[in-house]
Amino acid sequence: MASHLLRRTLGSRYLANSLRGFSSASTPIRATLFPGDGIGPEIAESVKQIFLAAEVPIEWEEHYVGTEIDPRTQSFLTWESLESVRRNKVGLKGPMATPIGKGHRSLNLALRKELNLYANVRPCYSLPGYKTRYDDVDLITIRENTEGEYSGLEHQVVRGVVESLKIITRQASLRVAEYAFHYAKAHGRERVSAIHKANIMQKTDGLFLKCCREVAEKYPEITYEEVVIDNCCMMLVKNPALFDVLVMPNLYGDIISDLCAGLIGGLGLTPSCNIGGGGIALAEAVHGSAPDIAGKNLANPTALLLSGVTMLRHLDLHDKADRIQNAILNTIAEGKYRTADLGGKSKTSEFTQAIIDHL
Amino acid sequence: MATRRSAPLLKHLLTRSKPGFGSTVPASQRWVTYMHRPGDGSPRAVTLIPGDGIGPLVTGAVEQVMEAMHAPVYFEKFDVHGTMKAVPAEVLDSIRKNKVCLKGGLVTPMGGGVSSLNVQLRKELDLYASLVNCFNLPGLPTRHDNVDIVVIRENTEGEYSGLEHEVVPGVVESLKVITKFCSERIAKYAFEYAYLNNRKKVTAVHKANIMKLADGLFLESCREVAKKYPGIKYNEIIVDNCCMQLVSKPEQFDVMVTPNLYGNLVANTAAGIAGGTGVMPGGNVGAEHAVFEQGASAGNVGSDKILEEKIANPVALLLSSAMMLRHLQFPAFADRLETAVEGVILEGKYRTKDLGGTSTTQEVVDAVVAALD
Repeated sequence: MASHLLRRTLGSRYLANSLRGFSSASTPIRATLFPGDGIGPEIAESVKQIFLAAEVPIEWEEHYVGTEIDPRTQSFLTWESLESVRRNKVGLKGPMATPIGKGHRSLNLALRKELNLYANVRPCYSLPGYKTRYDDVDLITIRENTEGEYSGLEHQVVRGVVESLKIITRQASLRVAEYAFHYAKAHGRERVSAIHKANIMQKTDGLFLKCCREVAEKYPEITYEEVVIDNCCMMLVKNPALFDVLVMPNLYGDIISDLCAGLIGGLGLTPSCNIGGGGIALAEAVHGSAPDIAGKNLANPTALLLSGVTMLRHLDLHDKADRIQNAILNTIAEGKYRTADLGGKSKTSEFTQAIIDHL
Repeated sequence: MATRRSAPLLKHLLTRSKPGFGSTVPASQRWVTYMHRPGDGSPRAVTLIPGDGIGPLVTGAVEQVMEAMHAPVYFEKFDVHGTMKAVPAEVLDSIRKNKVCLKGGLVTPMGGGVSSLNVQLRKELDLYASLVNCFNLPGLPTRHDNVDIVVIRENTEGEYSGLEHEVVPGVVESLKVITKFCSERIAKYAFEYAYLNNRKKVTAVHKANIMKLADGLFLESCREVAKKYPGIKYNEIIVDNCCMQLVSKPEQFDVMVTPNLYGNLVANTAAGIAGGTGVMPGGNVGAEHAVFEQGASAGNVGSDKILEEKIANPVALLLSSAMMLRHLQFPAFADRLETAVEGVILEGKYRTKDLGGTSTTQEVVDAVVAALD
């Protein structure tokens, strides 16, 4: 499992869509940071400290969720925040609690639609030293994030009969397939598996598969296979080492990526990154905001840290990313400093300091 | 080990007793008074569909074991292959007559054109509930212990309605249909099953935070039915959280009721954690008919390699046929079969490759036959 940590890409960049030139180590890269709610600010602080100690050339622009609805975005996120992400092209987001109420979109939905975030990437690998029932997980799930079953198009036909539309388009499927293969090549992965249920949903998942096959032809060095989703679920719980990169439409992606998170220890340890049009990457921690432990210095910053590492890899700062990732994994493996959810007794600040010491 | 009972909700034919009295022989010449053994009865006809791939291999195994047990069932075999356009009318008539069917997997060719015969069969016969019983078999090491989950899945509508069309080139729509009628039906089945089998909790699996109307309707129906069973705990869980909990803490689940697609995923995941799809029994039940097959749908046609080497696992279909025997009201035979199969697994000498052993299907069958008392 450690082998993938050491793989480097040599000068590969994302597709021509990306308009920015990546800066050298001397000029800092600006990145947007949304600390979020609840434990968000504490773990964001932790990330900032560690990145500083590792001398990562990133300058953070912090934005907070507003207290009133911004009419330009129809949500609690301000237009300035979104513009900042569009400008900087990278961002890191902590957990956000959507306020209950009507008349506004959920925060995640607003981000996704405004920034056109079309792929959700979750690298899942077993953390050495944190024992779960599965030791050899090392896979990436790439999920189409805009259409599919989550289009939100439902209506009641007559009383007691409801229809929900699942939409698959060639454009979106091609886009996510391209990203999946590009990612596989950039990170030295050997196999891409498309997950589907095309034996039942022949036209929709059939279109998705067709797009994946087209893209697969352009990458002959990467093995491509198609797996039916029920087989996939069964194989994942029996032998997760069988999979490498998984690419899927929206609903299956949601379920499978959470299943894989469960294999390695839960959402508190899983990094995640959303890729948007124009080369935008918004890394985020997918766990909740845990208001009950907010402000008590007890939160586990691992998910946000590993998401930050994913962001660094997207920026091609692989040596920094590896340093920080190794420091995190060594700290957890050592076992001396662990936060409460991993079974230890350390505080967030102690855990952060331990990671800095391991750098 | 407690016997597992698949609740027969159907009003099916009771076995008729042999005429032991009232014969024309005068009373002075009768020597023996005939008494039944419990579980005996006139033999029942069961439709048998061997299917594709490893199907014929494992249904052959069931036939052998049934014969060895002298079980009062006889099979009417029909050849159905997944490549046919539709299930032949004679097969459907046979199932309608016999009310019970045992089948192997039917392959569904991918690439469009032919709709799955498995789904067709379920819709024609209105088999609205699919039941998979996932439990740890003693002696079979798995990563998870304490698993005893029954997944009850709505089998006719939902995402499997097959209503798709291309709106414009490159844009395809698929309709997911949820009706109150079907949701209520499956919720009632799930709660009644839980009640009759002494289960404590029913969990509804959904994604109503995103699909508010569709899964919302499903949940509403479940909640209404839950009120009528105050002794059974009811809770709801979102499907992605459910899968996560299944791989970390499966002991919290008891009976799960789900719409069609989620049920497929949850059943296969639960089967995987409890020992694999090669050992989990299951069946499809409707108001009037029952079709028993391997529980989880993954791997029920097997791969060419498994077929060549004849190492398909017959345990799932054997346990499903035990469920079938119970459904036909032959509990003694069902118990004997289950005890024999569980004994073979516990012993561990004869296990097929998916359970970590090296035996062939035939060796496992022979071991089961030998273990029958």
